[in-house]
Amino acid sequence: MTAIATARDLEAVFLTDAPEQALAWLASARERVSRNRYELPSVFAGAGRACGRTPLIDGLRTDEIARVLILAWLSWRDPEPLMDLYRWGDADEKHAVLSALEHIELDGAAAVPIVEDALRTNDTRLIAAALGRYGAQHLPDPAYRHAILKCVFCGIPLDSVSGLPDRADAELARMLDDFVRERIAAGRSVPEDVWPILARFPSRSR
Amino acid sequence: MRIFDPHIHMTSRTTDDYEAMAAAGVRAVVEPAFWLGQPRTSVGSFIDYFDALVGWEPFRAQGFGVRHHCAIALNPKEANDPRCREVLDLIDRYLAKDRVVALGEVGYDSMTPPEDEAFARQLELAERHELPVLVHTPHRDKHAGTLRSLDVVRESGLPPGRVVLDHLNELTVAPVLESGSWAGFSIYPDTKMDERRMVAILREYGTERILVNSAADWGRSDPLKTRRTAEAMLAAGFDDSDVDRVLWQNPVEFYGQSGRLDLGEALEPAAASFQGSSVLRGEPGE
Ligand SMILES: [Zn+2]
Repeated sequence: MTAIATARDLEAVFLTDAPEQALAWLASARERVSRNRYELPSVFAGAGRACGRTPLIDGLRTDEIARVLILAWLSWRDPEPLMDLYRWGDADEKHAVLSALEHIELDGAAAVPIVEDALRTNDTRLIAAALGRYGAQHLPDPAYRHAILKCVFCGIPLDSVSGLPDRADAELARMLDDFVRERIAAGRSVPEDVWPILARFPSRSR
Repeated sequence: MRIFDPHIHMTSRTTDDYEAMAAAGVRAVVEPAFWLGQPRTSVGSFIDYFDALVGWEPFRAQGFGVRHHCAIALNPKEANDPRCREVLDLIDRYLAKDRVVALGEVGYDSMTPPEDEAFARQLELAERHELPVLVHTPHRDKHAGTLRSLDVVRESGLPPGRVVLDHLNELTVAPVLESGSWAGFSIYPDTKMDERRMVAILREYGTERILVNSAADWGRSDPLKTRRTAEAMLAAGFDDSDVDRVLWQNPVEFYGQSGRLDLGEALEPAAASFQGSSVLRGEPGE
């Protein structure tokens, strides 16, 4: 689970640990997009080569944090340009948009379609990012359960996703139980992190 | 041995290929956008393809310790189809991406007026994004097509050193090198160019501004042809530093002009062990 609660925390980490060139880039990027919002797509696309890709915190790299900080700094009364950034983004940009969702003010479930899009991919970083606080808050139950099952399937550790203490339920436990049986029948290992959920929702048939 | 394949279509290859390439020392690749065998019928097909080149394919490659970059363009063959040409308006957005290290493949297929227009227009985009350019030279009428491509490059005002003309042979290499551009060679199982002829070309022209690639795709091709060429070079008396020059430093220098190469630890020759995994180390026979 993330140690970062707000964009302000993230910015503090960035200001302390990011290299000089990344700090300068973020400042100029904010200036450019506030002067002309239409420059956002091209500015956003170039964060990697400008900021480098050093992991800073919670598996987030300099380039991704810089992107998140740009998005968190803008207002999103109209979510369409954000959807557009995701739609036309490369994997890193998509990851940054998903990571930013919990740090920006959005009109309710407006960004759920991109969370669902990410959950349809097989890119484990996108799947994990889709299950941040925003996804955990807005995904309908069946989608949330399937997303957790998919994490277990793809080896994404469950402590990197949000919402489980509140959203785990008997139906999720049943799905995980079936998964465990399948794995055991195949002689394959079972990820450790399913057991606490199964223990919370014991079933009579087990 | 560290290898950078500067032209390979991994979208058409399997994970077995990635595994074999990593074991053979291939640590970085550039996948240029090209046609898919089956003609596309809409702009949407290009978008999904480009999205895969900057999304799914780098993710797949990374699983094998291979750094994946790409080049984006409307290829010359499909530049002739009015249903596809509109993609030219959308290419701009992809050229801004971090892992797009060149514009390509552009050039000629049948040397038609629409190909002329798409070629020239895309060279302007390369100039605007300060990107190197990968020029595909035609299979048919290759000599004339190569000379005409050189003319288009000259007229574009792009520095010749930022352009590679690819799929060259004994008859087309000299004018390309004389122009100041880079000379690319696609080593195929039985067409275009083989490793023995490649070694003879290296003997005659030296190792400067030469790129060797497998151009492996959905056709009969071999993603290990870069490694085979390196072995043929060593057998012919070239030393390790010559091999490193042709199969690593040259592509790094060429695509490095984009300022976007992300080689991480692959950049250091000493970092032979990738993520502690010996299968990615490039020792033969593993
Ligand atoms: Zn090709």
